[in-house]
Amino acid sequence: MNKQHTIISPFLKHEDGDNISSYIESGGFQGLKSALMLSPSKIIDLITESGLRGRGGAGFPTGVKWKYASQPRSEIKYVICNADEGEPGTFKDKLIMEKAPYLFIEGMVIAAYAIGASKGYIYIRGEYSKSISAIQKAISEMYNHGLLGESIAGNSFVFDLEIMLGAGSYLCGEELTLIESLEGKRGYPRIKPPFPAEKGLFLKPTLVNNVETLANVPFIIQSGPDAYRKFGTEKSAGTKLFCISGDVEKPGCFEASLGISLRELIYDFAGGIKNNGTPGAFLTGGAAGTFIPPSLIDIRMDYDTLQMNNATLGSGAIIVLDNTKSIYNFLGSILRFFKHESCGKCVPCRIGCYNLLKIWEQCKDHPECYPDLEKEAAYIAKTSLCPLGQSPILSIKSALHHFKHSI
Amino acid sequence: MDIYQIISKYEFKRENLLKILHEVQTTSGNNFISDESIKIISRELKLTYSHVYGVVTYYSMFSVVKRGKNIIRVCCSPVCDLKNSIDIIIELENCLKIKCGETTSDHLFTLEKSECLGLCDQSPAMMINDKEYGHLNSDQIKKIISELTI
Repeated sequence: MNKQHTIISPFLKHEDGDNISSYIESGGFQGLKSALMLSPSKIIDLITESGLRGRGGAGFPTGVKWKYASQPRSEIKYVICNADEGEPGTFKDKLIMEKAPYLFIEGMVIAAYAIGASKGYIYIRGEYSKSISAIQKAISEMYNHGLLGESIAGNSFVFDLEIMLGAGSYLCGEELTLIESLEGKRGYPRIKPPFPAEKGLFLKPTLVNNVETLANVPFIIQSGPDAYRKFGTEKSAGTKLFCISGDVEKPGCFEASLGISLRELIYDFAGGIKNNGTPGAFLTGGAAGTFIPPSLIDIRMDYDTLQMNNATLGSGAIIVLDNTKSIYNFLGSILRFFKHESCGKCVPCRIGCYNLLKIWEQCKDHPECYPDLEKEAAYIAKTSLCPLGQSPILSIKSALHHFKHSI
Repeated sequence: MDIYQIISKYEFKRENLLKILHEVQTTSGNNFISDESIKIISRELKLTYSHVYGVVTYYSMFSVVKRGKNIIRVCCSPVCDLKNSIDIIIELENCLKIKCGETTSDHLFTLEKSECLGLCDQSPAMMINDKEYGHLNSDQIKKIISELTI
């Protein structure tokens, strides 16, 4: 495996990433130009063959999503870029938006052409001021260069792009909730099905893709699916931006092939445990993620290996705790997060997330209450509409499984 | 800019509501959205008062009460919590002589807790308005606040 090779990172190193001329000079928009010479169905085939999976957290095959959205259900279709990054421990999309805004927007224009959409929105969280200004500049430059709007790059394809702002809601990162928010409503999840590809924004077919997912698209179109598949594993193709934070020497965002070991990420990329410490636990996937014990440090970081070990890759966040940190306290911090972010639509989640924190407090002196914590979380997961309610069980279950005696 | 000018910049569609609310709040002078503003926005966009009020109160970045000129958002999500963001809150509370969630009497600062700000590689971190501050410690807090107080 070639862990040094990267697809997105070279673009993140540019000092003037918001300058369209330097993006063009470094080969930018070649993927788009190649795409416009292909048929939409050919593009979808290329994305499907590449094995690209959604980088927002769910890991759903991107090609399948595009194919579904491309079906001729309506004259009007939309593409939305989900830039509502809010998973604790995740800051990769922020980096792409600030340093390489043209890269993922190029991917977005290709996606729009492939599914037949003429209007797109980038839904970005309101707190990301730097990203917002970088994207605003990028959109206006692309209009000036004929890369958005009427007859893109001299082709008959028309695509308009607008930026939309969130206002501080974790839940709006969930695609159907994002769509509700984009329509100017409270961020409540919708019942699915129908999925966005059937009835999304304004009940029209809509494709929702994460920033990092779209940032991979220009490379796939330009270099081909085989070149993309040189990175990663059979079922988890390509590279991933891993966000490593917590007790490491060099916290940061690192691109590596999927399937790299957790050990390599921690020691070769993030400089090892802070102050030569000993690892205590890893939380992968952010708050909606799972604990991994140090005994599994050689685990391969790809969708399927993690799933086989009841763990999740999620957004690519890896939060590192050294062995002096209390897993009990950290779990409390995760549960406080969910209590704050539960939207209140589903009663079991609204009351349940509050209750989880109560039970967690009891567990401090009464470890015999831990099964109650797991039971409550399992109930919330079963009875909630959206992934938020389905998340607390992940950290609770994995913490109890791996750290039964030390929590 | 008055509220009618802000609204008139956008098409009168519900999907522009969040953008309008952001702009109304930023230009309010007190970082909030008044009841009067909610009434005007709902009338102009042909939405009910309860819809607009419901949206304003759903999103944590919006406020229906007056806030300070500078909004301090201290990240308290799991990574920053691990790095003792609580100490940053306490230092700010001492510096500003207010509790978290309150506004200073001179209306210069409002201190708030925030969920993940995407600054996990620089934790503990915070934002003051649009500016990011990372790798925080007590001494820096004093310096940052005194610079903004002048």
